[in-house]
Amino acid sequence: MTVRFLLDGDVVQIDAVDAADTLLDYLRGHLGRTGTKEGCAEGDCGACTVLVGTLDGQGQGLIWRAVNACILLLPMLHGKALLTVESLGNAGEPDPLQACMAENGSSQCGFCTPGFVMSLHGRAIGAVGSDLPVPDVIAGNLCRCTGYGPILAAADVAPAHPRDDAATVAALQSLASAETVSGGTGGRRWFLPRTGEALAGLLGENPQARLVAGATDVGLWVTKKLQSLETAVFVGDIAELGKISEDGPGLVVGAAVRYADAHAAFARLHPDLGELTRRIGGLQVRNAGTIGGNIANGSPIGDGPPALIALGATLTLRSAAGRRSMPLEDFFIAYGRQDLAAGEFVESVTIPRPGADDLVLIGKLSRRFDSDISAVCGAFRLSLADGQIAAARVAFGGMAATPRRARVCEAALTGQPLAPATIERAAAALRDDFKPLDDVRGTAEYRLQAAGGLLWRLWHRHLGEKVSVLDCAAAHG
Amino acid sequence: MADHAPYPPATGHAAEPATGRPHAHDSAHLHVTGAARYIDDEPEPPRLLHLAFGLSSEAHARIIGIDLAAVRAAPGVVAVFTATDIPGANDVSPVAHDDRLLADGEVIYHGQPVFLVAATSRRAARIAARLGKIDYEPLPALVSVAQAQAAQSLIEPTQRMARGDAAAALETATHRLAGRFAMGGQDHFYLEGQIALARPGEDGQIHVLSSTQHPSEVQHLVAHLLDRPSSDITVEVRRMGGAFGGKETQAAPFAAAAALVAALTGRAAKFCCDRDDDMVITGKRHEFEVAYDVGYADDGQIAGLRLLLSARCGATVDLSPGINDRAMFHADNCYWLPAVEILSERLKTNTVSATAFRGFGGPQGMLAIERVMDDIAASLRLDPLAVRIANLYGPGRDVTPYGMTVEDNIAPALVARLRETSGYDRRRAAIAAFNAASPVLKKGIALTPVKFGISFTTTHLNQAGALVHVYADGSIQINHGGTEMGQGLYIKVAQVVADVFAVPVSQVRITATRTDKVPNTSATAASSGADLNGMAAHAAATTIRDRLVAFLSEEHGCPANAVRFGADGVVAGEARVEFAALCRMAHRARVSLSSTGFYATPEIAYDRAAHQGRPFYYFAYGAAVAEVVIDVLTGEHKVLAVDIVHDVGRSLNPAIDIGQIEGAFLQGQGWLTTEELVFDPQGRLLTHSPATYKIPTASDRPARLTIDLWDGENVKPTIYRSKAVGEPPFMLANAVFGALVQAIAATAPETRRLPPLDAPATPEHILAAIAGHLAP
Repeated sequence: MTVRFLLDGDVVQIDAVDAADTLLDYLRGHLGRTGTKEGCAEGDCGACTVLVGTLDGQGQGLIWRAVNACILLLPMLHGKALLTVESLGNAGEPDPLQACMAENGSSQCGFCTPGFVMSLHGRAIGAVGSDLPVPDVIAGNLCRCTGYGPILAAADVAPAHPRDDAATVAALQSLASAETVSGGTGGRRWFLPRTGEALAGLLGENPQARLVAGATDVGLWVTKKLQSLETAVFVGDIAELGKISEDGPGLVVGAAVRYADAHAAFARLHPDLGELTRRIGGLQVRNAGTIGGNIANGSPIGDGPPALIALGATLTLRSAAGRRSMPLEDFFIAYGRQDLAAGEFVESVTIPRPGADDLVLIGKLSRRFDSDISAVCGAFRLSLADGQIAAARVAFGGMAATPRRARVCEAALTGQPLAPATIERAAAALRDDFKPLDDVRGTAEYRLQAAGGLLWRLWHRHLGEKVSVLDCAAAHG
Repeated sequence: MADHAPYPPATGHAAEPATGRPHAHDSAHLHVTGAARYIDDEPEPPRLLHLAFGLSSEAHARIIGIDLAAVRAAPGVVAVFTATDIPGANDVSPVAHDDRLLADGEVIYHGQPVFLVAATSRRAARIAARLGKIDYEPLPALVSVAQAQAAQSLIEPTQRMARGDAAAALETATHRLAGRFAMGGQDHFYLEGQIALARPGEDGQIHVLSSTQHPSEVQHLVAHLLDRPSSDITVEVRRMGGAFGGKETQAAPFAAAAALVAALTGRAAKFCCDRDDDMVITGKRHEFEVAYDVGYADDGQIAGLRLLLSARCGATVDLSPGINDRAMFHADNCYWLPAVEILSERLKTNTVSATAFRGFGGPQGMLAIERVMDDIAASLRLDPLAVRIANLYGPGRDVTPYGMTVEDNIAPALVARLRETSGYDRRRAAIAAFNAASPVLKKGIALTPVKFGISFTTTHLNQAGALVHVYADGSIQINHGGTEMGQGLYIKVAQVVADVFAVPVSQVRITATRTDKVPNTSATAASSGADLNGMAAHAAATTIRDRLVAFLSEEHGCPANAVRFGADGVVAGEARVEFAALCRMAHRARVSLSSTGFYATPEIAYDRAAHQGRPFYYFAYGAAVAEVVIDVLTGEHKVLAVDIVHDVGRSLNPAIDIGQIEGAFLQGQGWLTTEELVFDPQGRLLTHSPATYKIPTASDRPARLTIDLWDGENVKPTIYRSKAVGEPPFMLANAVFGALVQAIAATAPETRRLPPLDAPATPEHILAAIAGHLAP
């Protein structure tokens, strides 16, 4: 009935935890650790970045992740280790990274700084994503003062800082539990099942329960909509839902696999899928948000589904009664309505590997490249045979109430030669497929035009031309 | 383990001057360890109340009734207040007395605070604030610039600044063209949101911690709100987590609300505003529309210009008169406009009142004239840089439209240097070749200059006070009216004071800005912080040093000019004494070791009715070259490389100054590219969170960004001949916008028209501009 986690090696035990209690509030309010800041309380600025360590699959080592404390709900921390900015050096004796940042002018107002320190400390200790270029490591941290240069410069000179986690591993092993952990206050309940079977059982008993994986969406219901969570089932740490298998003809990805953990496998499946993954949220969001959550919440602007639909993914649902599978596109029935029966949960998604003759393009269009939500996300898989398009799968997000295939466009492509005239007809066909909305991310006209632009991008890339501004360097002065 | 930096014994002497050197920010060691305290980090007083506003759901409406029963009944709620509960003036405005703390009878923008909830937790207050039932009678709402123009809804009469006969010059010019263009507003997105903590004291006094750039104004507003004298209210701010103009006037409602609750309940009260509420409630940079009619010669030199600047000022006056004046003052930028008429239309709309933001109207005025330069160049098929150079101020053509002579016109030399060092001409040729061979990706390059006037254009604001204490152990405490928002003001002033006594800057303890230490201060704004407060602190420190000199010269029987503060201590004739020992001796000899200091900027005077005079003490300059690439299929773009030369006079602290330049540049790039404010037709702000409002991230910083400081010193005797730096480099980002226009132009390089690109250059706007450019 209590949440236990390790903070700087000490066990912190919290009784009477509500599912909607955030780590940030607990740190600042109860522990007086005010170095971790609230910038937005919606996982978009990174001022509250902390590092969370989880036992690896073998129970031998720790996997550290930078995450946003503002939308990390306390039950999710059970059985894990936590580092905050106060865990590092202090003003009199800063750790090497902190010293580099202080000397490099990496802070101006200083409010975002602890978050950057934690993201970069994660990189120094080999946390998930530390192999990424520095701008990607800090893409989820906003700074409004410095222009980032002095932060990037400090990251370049700060030394790697491997940790000895042996004592932490031992302590976490003693906290680990194979049984479902539960708690709650005020008549509200939460559960941390450890197996798919336990989850299926819980859902059978509590069909109205809210499933929470990474809380990158549900967290905002708490902090922005000010909702409470009556019955919450946290699924992010169910080991069997966290597996990726690359052995078969494609990828089988468990629903609780975090985007950060799928990144490499996705990039191996197709570079565009890797690039799309790089641009889903910042690292903190990818360290929390799961593939299954991104599908199950049914958002019309989730970035995973259009790409996976175009690649031909199938979804596996599970309940106490058993499993069933369906093409991913069939899961999305209407806005806010998915083909998910009471007691069912998303278990895994299977993504076929594109063939050698498949032409794949995935494009995400947004105001900002990093940590933004798509205005349009388009994905194409054209199977070529003798210069003809034998089969076409085209899917878009941001163009309709659900992620959806563009059947008219697909028909305009299928059986046709891969040629400009075909592309032109297929791009025009998108206007028959979609009647998008004008909204905060773009007008309907822009969406239609840019969606067609992505199809043309596929053609120009096929010709061997450079098509992304991200692949371009400056002229030499 | 020490939770503070090693603090040296106060016996040190500085081997070299502190000013001119790249000292780290005074709080850097606290920032990086999370030990720097912001208001929300202060230990909470017992029985603290947390506050939230209930907000208007209408852009313009009469309030028929307010039912707050559900709010009062919500768990944790202790009290709920409306306008009628305010004992004094319901006024949180800087000048015009038209901003209400809580709406009174009418709401004038969507998101305006209507009632105030005090509860035992922040979450309880926020939940309760959504339960108010307010009956509205909707009134016609003007939301857009076009609607306000059509209704001629203005906050003050349209202003005119003119010289010569622009109409005649347009008639006789060799070439003439007219154009229009729009630029969006900008949210400050300070990382620390609006916050205040008020504590009731004895006998009606209130102490307010406020994250504000203008503690004196908060003090005065709270006093009027509570019907108390200013002497009963103390406002304090140690540091802000960013401000950028957004805490000049916009901090006041939160501080006023906290003070009101503290006064009415006798309990401490904190208002820590939620980010989304903050973005809805508080003002932003002004959105502008620009129309121009320009006559010019074959080389692009302007003969006459008529310019109309139309600004969406929002629902109240706020600082809009000064902001729009500054837009007019910068519509010349670095260019000689022989015959010119600038009209400035200040539109009143039912949207949140637009407010101060780094540059204060200057960016909008300056981007307008840069647009005119680009348009002239397109029509003549000239390099836009050639047109800019042809129009620069020069000998015999060096008077601004407001009648001020440009005394130190370094722009031509600065532009020439940057053109050379950046390889502008070679790169422009290389880009043309790239574009000819690249159907999807098109590049563009542009070089734009900046000249920014330094001083508050409201002359009386150009004053500052400071208070310096020297303790008997030789340690020094400084205090001044300027506030620290990350810009490095405190360390710069500490460097100035350290040099007066020739002690290490670490011997100077910087203290929080407080209205009970230095009264009647101006906002820390207009880039003036170091100019004004540095001088005031210098004056205070010099007064103390003069007393020490007099004491030593009498003690040792040497003339005052034989007393020297240096690296080897204080020397008086043949005698030498440690600074700390001198302080001890002076204290025993009953010499005062504390002093105030004061400074008022000389020379400036401005006739606002005629829009003529000398509003600025001096100008700060800069120039930037930006290279960009766009994707013509989707409108995506990337800023590839930026080279900057910027003028900070003789830098007080090159590390701080370069940090300001880089940060301002990227903030300007954000304004012109990714940052888009979207209001719906009902006047609701749709982009009220970082999920939808996108400031630059690390990867948006150009992969190559070089910053060089211009070698030179201020022609005016400012503090150590330095120049202000806060705002001017923001406008270096105009080069990015110019380069994007060039990249779009490359889609149809033979035309003589300028692509119709509005700011911000989002993918959508770029795609639309390409379509417009390609249209027959």
